[in-house]
Amino acid sequence: MIDRRFVKYFDWGLLGLTVFIACLGLIALYSAVISTTVAPQKTLYFKQLIWYSVGIIVMVLSFLINYKSLDRWAPIIYIACMLLLISVLIFGKHVGGARRWLILGPVSIQPSELAKIAVIISLTRYFSRRADTGGLTLRELLTPFMLTVIPFILIVKQPDLGTAMLIVLIAGSVTVFVKIERRSLLFLVTACTVAGPLVWFFLKGYQKRRILTFLNPDRDPLGAGYHIIQSKIAIGSGMIAGKGFLEGTQNALSFLPEQHTDFIFSVLAEEWGLMGSLLVLCLFLSLIIWGLNIAYRCREPFGTILAVGVTAMIFWHVFINVGMTMGLMPIVGVTLPFISYGGSSVITTMICIGLLLNISMRRFLYEQ
Amino acid sequence: MTKYLKTADTEWYKQRVIRAMFCVAGAFFILLIRLFYLQVIQGEELRRLSENNCIRLQSTEPSRGMIFDRNGTLLVDNRPSFDVSIILKDAKPIKDTIDKLSKYINVSASELMSKIENNRTGSHYKPIPLKKDIGRDALAAVEVHKFDLPGVVIDVKSRRHYIERQRAAHLIGYLSEINSQELESGKYPECKGGDYIGKFGVEKIFESFLHGKRGGRQVEVNVMGQVVRIIKTVDAQPGHNIYLTIDNTLQKTAEMLLKDKAGAVAAMDPNTGHILALTSAPSFDQNIFVDGMSHKQWETLVSNPLRPLENKVIQGAYPPASTFKIITAMAGLEEGVVDEKTTFYCPGHYKYGNRVYRCWKRGGHGNVNVVKALAESCDVFFYQVGQKLGIDRLAMYAKACGLGSFTGIDLDHEEAGLVPTAAWKKRRTGIAWQGGETLSVAIGQGYNLATPMQMLVLTSAVANGGALYTPLVLESVNTAEGSVVIQSKRRLAGRLPAGKQPFRIIKKGLREVVNSSKGTGRIAHIDGLSVSGKTGTAQVVGRSKDPKWSDKNLPDHLKAHAWFVAYAPSENPQIAVTVVVEHGEHGSSSAGPIAREIIRTYLKKDELQP
Repeated sequence: MIDRRFVKYFDWGLLGLTVFIACLGLIALYSAVISTTVAPQKTLYFKQLIWYSVGIIVMVLSFLINYKSLDRWAPIIYIACMLLLISVLIFGKHVGGARRWLILGPVSIQPSELAKIAVIISLTRYFSRRADTGGLTLRELLTPFMLTVIPFILIVKQPDLGTAMLIVLIAGSVTVFVKIERRSLLFLVTACTVAGPLVWFFLKGYQKRRILTFLNPDRDPLGAGYHIIQSKIAIGSGMIAGKGFLEGTQNALSFLPEQHTDFIFSVLAEEWGLMGSLLVLCLFLSLIIWGLNIAYRCREPFGTILAVGVTAMIFWHVFINVGMTMGLMPIVGVTLPFISYGGSSVITTMICIGLLLNISMRRFLYEQ
Repeated sequence: MTKYLKTADTEWYKQRVIRAMFCVAGAFFILLIRLFYLQVIQGEELRRLSENNCIRLQSTEPSRGMIFDRNGTLLVDNRPSFDVSIILKDAKPIKDTIDKLSKYINVSASELMSKIENNRTGSHYKPIPLKKDIGRDALAAVEVHKFDLPGVVIDVKSRRHYIERQRAAHLIGYLSEINSQELESGKYPECKGGDYIGKFGVEKIFESFLHGKRGGRQVEVNVMGQVVRIIKTVDAQPGHNIYLTIDNTLQKTAEMLLKDKAGAVAAMDPNTGHILALTSAPSFDQNIFVDGMSHKQWETLVSNPLRPLENKVIQGAYPPASTFKIITAMAGLEEGVVDEKTTFYCPGHYKYGNRVYRCWKRGGHGNVNVVKALAESCDVFFYQVGQKLGIDRLAMYAKACGLGSFTGIDLDHEEAGLVPTAAWKKRRTGIAWQGGETLSVAIGQGYNLATPMQMLVLTSAVANGGALYTPLVLESVNTAEGSVVIQSKRRLAGRLPAGKQPFRIIKKGLREVVNSSKGTGRIAHIDGLSVSGKTGTAQVVGRSKDPKWSDKNLPDHLKAHAWFVAYAPSENPQIAVTVVVEHGEHGSSSAGPIAREIIRTYLKKDELQP
């Protein structure tokens, strides 16, 4: 029944890398939640273990089905995700002034996380048919633009600016990967430089302030600016060797906001120092290069583009999250894959890994 | 060129992937450099800052906007309150510190310890509040022994201060500590536990203007927890000041006049809808909500049968009684069922079906036309007008006059009152409307319910020639520096459903109420000033239903409510007043003098300041 080549071509390296990072993530999360003084946080750790078990099931599912069938399913997946995004705006649960969560019985899900994958799959379907060495023309870019802009608007409405920007970045990376025609690119760049100031002119005062604070947290020294300072102190104070596991003081005293989700890298860097954070960053770099290598070895466009899209998603998450904790990026609610706490984050990441395994494993189907 | 030549093949994709790999490597290189910079180059300095968690955040409260009357008289401001709290990290040894502190601020050490225990969950660096508003003597003691009290922090907070006890309490409302539901509701994103927010009245409705914006500063502290360097400061933005439409002098008069009574007084500028005074009695001291009240104080407030916490001007729905005759007269004249000359004979009662409906005047009024009927409040005349109109036409006019719906005043908990119709009764009770009930409604009894505010808006509309204005309590909102943010403008809510002629006749009748020798409101007469008005006596028990009570021996809680609506001067009205005295019996005797004094106070003052 099972083709023996499935076993032969199975990407044990990728799986090993994933398991390694996930274990490091669980250790870091343990430190982030265990030393806080507020009791219920500790249960988060066990919840995360449960999420990982769910994540493993989802990962297995997403590499068992032939990824080529996603080509057919793309429109349905996309529409379902958009419906979820719309319903979250209507029925969603308010948490901290935003509607991001959809309550389905005992679990609450964040449809914006799934939307990222839906966008990648539908863009892949489109690009795999259109791509040519000359690049995409403006007319060909219209559909991908619409595919991106709809979830973007729906997510901005929640409001969740971070995830919305992430979708644009992922979609942009995939589009640039399949190449934009030189004239069209020139046109787009000019249009943006002209339109930018115009849009700025039409924004209301408070919107401008919000964007400026977003770009420069120092404008808000009591909120984002303070978090950045504390995060930088946490990371820097780790120095080369780190303060040691569970010895981080910034984290323990709950000086860091969201230390188990968005700022978990600060906890990790404080306790493990340069050596530990370097290890984690190198592991992420290897994972991303590995993902691109899968794209490299895949012999048909759908698989290649899908692998690039999925890898781009992991890349942007890592880059923005780590950059943010070190004060290089605006503060946005972007999680660090495998390490941040959160069911939606774990599951989407595991889907990504599942898809990469999937593409890697089936590459023989297209060998000459 | 033909497209197939450009088909993207595997080789082409491979080149693209390799480029992507270089991009990723570049991006990670940036991250590594930054990591190296923070952990190696800046590592020492940042490690030092982390040792004592040197960088802390202190928040500064905005000062809440003040509230003034229309002439700029200060009604509500803020006073400093000295709050003691403790930072556990710095307070060592804790036992010693608490013992000493308890002596200075007169709170038992065990009570202080239990407060600390309740707050253990939070960070050791967060101040735990121990006692608010310790007063200047205790403050001096704590300040003198500052060095014996490590970790003890005194915060100067501004606390709401209502300058005159009970002044316009129902209008201004009060502040109180935010509760957990309000915090979770997301309506107060700026607030945290322990903050005070408006809970009632203007303080609540205009919370967003009054509140201001929290500020704060990032500071570096030493091992003792003392600030050694201020890194960044964001100034708190004070809340906006609010000018109300009320006139403090008039408000004071109204409150004095209602002293020891239960009821409501409200006055309005009939040409703009600005509320000049708004009183509900009995009242309460707003300061106890801010300073914290004992359980007993709260019990007294809520168990008082005279409902001091209720704003009777907008929440009290009473039968409008004879003041409703204004509407019956308007409907009758406009619909043409009577005209100025129509007279009915009043023998003191009116027979309808097999029941006899009495006039309040046993001996009867003799021949009455509409003007005399208003002036002497003849029930028999209006029974017949009501009968000719029918309940649904009458109800239509009552609704058009603003009854049965909200006036739209900017205050919470407004009641809509009730305008009964045949369909309403059928729906409500299942029993068909009886013709006799129309007669009761025509004189303002029966199912009819109206709030003093609705009657005030109606009286103002009669006075100004038909414009129903939304009552306004806000004159303007100014920034702390004095520039105007909002200047309120009068809001037309509708027009009375009558032409010029009916108005002339009604106004003549209302003028006679006060000025004719037999008018029911003679008591409101002021020499040298022409006042118009209408009395009302709203029965609590049906006049004929319970024969064992004659008018004389009724217990207080069954006595009728007294109404008086008035405006003056009759020709060029400057003020409209509504008075309700609960269980005050006759409109003329208890409510009339209050209306007279309000008008006198207001117009006399106007003469002095032309």
